[in-house]
Amino acid sequence: MSLFLETLIGGLLAGTMYSLVAIGFVLIYKASGVFNFAQGSILLFSALLLVTLHEAGLPFVLSAALTMLVLIAGAVVIEHTVLRPLANRSPMTLFMATLGLSYVVEGTAQGLMGAQVHALDLGIEDVPIFFGDVLVSQFDLIAATTAGTLALVLALLFNRTRIGISLRAVADDTRAALSIGINLNRIWQIVWAVAGMVGLVAGVMWGARQGVQFSLSLVVLKALPVLIIGGFTSIGGAIVGGLIVGAAENLAETYIGPFIGGGITPWFPYVLAIAFLYVRPAGLFGERALERV
Amino acid sequence: MTHPTSTIASELLLDVRSVSLAFKGVKAISDLSFSVERGEICALIGPNGAGKSSLLNILNGVYLADSGEIVFAGEHFHRIEPLEAARRGIARTFQNNALFKKMSVIDNILAGLARHTASSFLAQGLRLPSARREEARLREQAEDILAFLDLQPHRHVVVGTLPYGVQKRVELARALVGRPTLLLLDEPLAGMNAGEKAEMSGFIAAINRHLGVTVVLIEHDVGIVMNLAGHIVVLDYGRKIGDGTPAQVRASPDVIAAYLGTRH
Amino acid sequence: MPRRARAGLAIPLLLLLAFVGVPLVGTEYWIGAILLPFLVLSLAGLGLNLLTGYAGQTSIGSGGFMAVGAFATFGFVVHGGVPLPLALLLAGLAAAGAGLVFGLPSDRIKGFYLMVSSLAAQFFFEWLFQKFPWFYNYGSSGTIALPRIAVFGLDVGSTLGRYYLTLTIVAGLTWFAANLMRSQTGRSFMAVRDMDTAAAVIGIPVYRAKLLAFAVSSFYLGIAGALWAFAYLGSASVQSFGISRSFQILFIIIIGGMGSIAGNFIGAAFISLLPLAIDHVAQALFAGHVDAGLLQNIEKAVFGVLIIWFLIKEPDGLARLFQTIGARLANWLRP
Repeated sequence: MSLFLETLIGGLLAGTMYSLVAIGFVLIYKASGVFNFAQGSILLFSALLLVTLHEAGLPFVLSAALTMLVLIAGAVVIEHTVLRPLANRSPMTLFMATLGLSYVVEGTAQGLMGAQVHALDLGIEDVPIFFGDVLVSQFDLIAATTAGTLALVLALLFNRTRIGISLRAVADDTRAALSIGINLNRIWQIVWAVAGMVGLVAGVMWGARQGVQFSLSLVVLKALPVLIIGGFTSIGGAIVGGLIVGAAENLAETYIGPFIGGGITPWFPYVLAIAFLYVRPAGLFGERALERV
Repeated sequence: MTHPTSTIASELLLDVRSVSLAFKGVKAISDLSFSVERGEICALIGPNGAGKSSLLNILNGVYLADSGEIVFAGEHFHRIEPLEAARRGIARTFQNNALFKKMSVIDNILAGLARHTASSFLAQGLRLPSARREEARLREQAEDILAFLDLQPHRHVVVGTLPYGVQKRVELARALVGRPTLLLLDEPLAGMNAGEKAEMSGFIAAINRHLGVTVVLIEHDVGIVMNLAGHIVVLDYGRKIGDGTPAQVRASPDVIAAYLGTRH
Repeated sequence: MPRRARAGLAIPLLLLLAFVGVPLVGTEYWIGAILLPFLVLSLAGLGLNLLTGYAGQTSIGSGGFMAVGAFATFGFVVHGGVPLPLALLLAGLAAAGAGLVFGLPSDRIKGFYLMVSSLAAQFFFEWLFQKFPWFYNYGSSGTIALPRIAVFGLDVGSTLGRYYLTLTIVAGLTWFAANLMRSQTGRSFMAVRDMDTAAAVIGIPVYRAKLLAFAVSSFYLGIAGALWAFAYLGSASVQSFGISRSFQILFIIIIGGMGSIAGNFIGAAFISLLPLAIDHVAQALFAGHVDAGLLQNIEKAVFGVLIIWFLIKEPDGLARLFQTIGARLANWLRP
């Protein structure tokens, strides 16, 4: 029983890391209907920039602040050069454009800052903690707290601020939002910048765990099943989806893995997502539009 | 409510029996029954939101009715899949053109012959004589329709670039090429000027008369409907409030109150 | 029709050039290191294009199906003692079967959601061919290589032999695909892509069309994978068919043109030649002092920019651009 609980809790906590990545997607998808494949590369870019600045001798907080400034500038540039010219094009075209964008961001990041692995020490000691006889990673606990806090902050931002409310207006009905004078381009810039910040947090957490390196950008691929299970348009869904994927892949590896050779976590979440799609075609929290003909 | 003429069952092509449909609790169609005889043009009229399009969507399987049944050519259905409806000879055009936008006119029409294609993909890919003969035969049929609807000048044009009125005709051609027994037309005259409307209703009459296709259509232009259709069903808020010949419908107090009265 | 007539002349000329001209003037390096991978990538692009460009089903799992083709060919030859041409055919069928299985969810899952199925394929096959040593005949490095490349007893292991083998297969399969897309199957694919509800309503068996697209596409990808492994690389491992290969194939069809047969060749040529061009420019600019890693990153960024640029300026790809230029030239040349 304690093995089961340990596996479950370990998976849930690791899942919050997936949630962190998925939240960045949801923000952009809600505001602009774009499935932003570049979120993973932005995650890599921001973590790499922070570490490079920090290693060059800047204090951590200053490095983080500078990285955020770059992310904001990046959001404005992306909106101008990619999103605006492609407005009103099919979602699939926009997706492919973000695929191209991910190549640009990755190439730039690694071209400027190198491809070697950087260690990132957040000062969190990863000593296991025992709750009764169940072993829990301290690092995972802190990551989970961070994800939870971030979701809370975003929820407040969405519900309480002027920007948040116009953002929701855009997500609900773009045309109506435009007609009451909401500046769509500005909203896109803000959302991409906020998603960049979320990416920075996720990049720092992932980077602290496995080193800041190229594989960070591949986290994006894990976010897809998370989004499918949680729905593309719900931050709460992204969190729950992340937890489900984290827990399910950990449990599957422990209980199914041994029978089929192990190492099944790279593909198991996708199969899980397909199974989910059969039961709930729009995810747990998403809405599916009625097909009008 | 009686049918325009009392007929024996075998002459009925379509019999809609107590069909109801709701979207998220909102009734779109309530307990609707009417029948269509083989060879007639039946018009469904009524204000927007009366449930006309939803009814067509049920008839060819795009929507699933909550209750009731459909009898088509003597067979009973609670639910019919779109593909099955097409196989049984129910063809359809849509209110907002549902053409294959990136394909040419001729390819759109040829696509309507899918259910008459027998050769396998291997035969087609290898250009076996059987597949080539079949392709030539299909093209001949498509050319006939093209000529019938005056579409020859547009043969190789990509559909998405054509004017709206021509697109409507292409959609009609695509529905017609498979030689349906029942043709469902959803606002075939919408967005047209008077000349185009006259031309289009001429085509619909010709399809009915010369090709022997039974037509059920939705149309708002009551003047044209009264001339074109021999049988009219009036819907209001998902209910039937009139059913009969144009003259009978025009004289019905319910219809005048609910529909014609408010419009004219 | 004038367009048909022009195309009718262009294709025999191209074939003549490829079968006779290239071997006469091409160097070992150009044939083995540029033309061979170009041909194989064109074939893979064609495979993905049938599924994504024609039938409208997005996939980022091409690499996985290429791996199936490569490892199945190896398995049929090494474990089954099957001669190469037959092994290739069987491997293509194995890949088609795999494609069919991962296409099964397409009846209920559409668009972005369907990508998850192709990713499942990608990572599942990477896992499968790495995890079970039987697939690579228990070698220590996990790589596969054929002892001998022969067709009907004739050894075609030389660069020229492998070139001819690849060219023949690619030409044949391209002919088949072009025929198929001009027939009712192609029209059904495109109808499903443009509007699947309407396709069902006019009597196109939508699900069957999708499954056929998955199977045929994967057949092509499987053959391409086998050629990539044995005709081009010589020896391959799972890493040869990773997710970045899948992206590369997707880029070929975006740049070349979705829903175009010629586009695959144009896109593959572009993607094969661009690195060479960048390399040349960089060497000239920095006089040979450029780090290979940096060059790779520059290449990546340039690719990304080009993808975005194409999507904005020429969403139908280079094939359409060439067609427009060709038409203008023809107009201009006309008296």
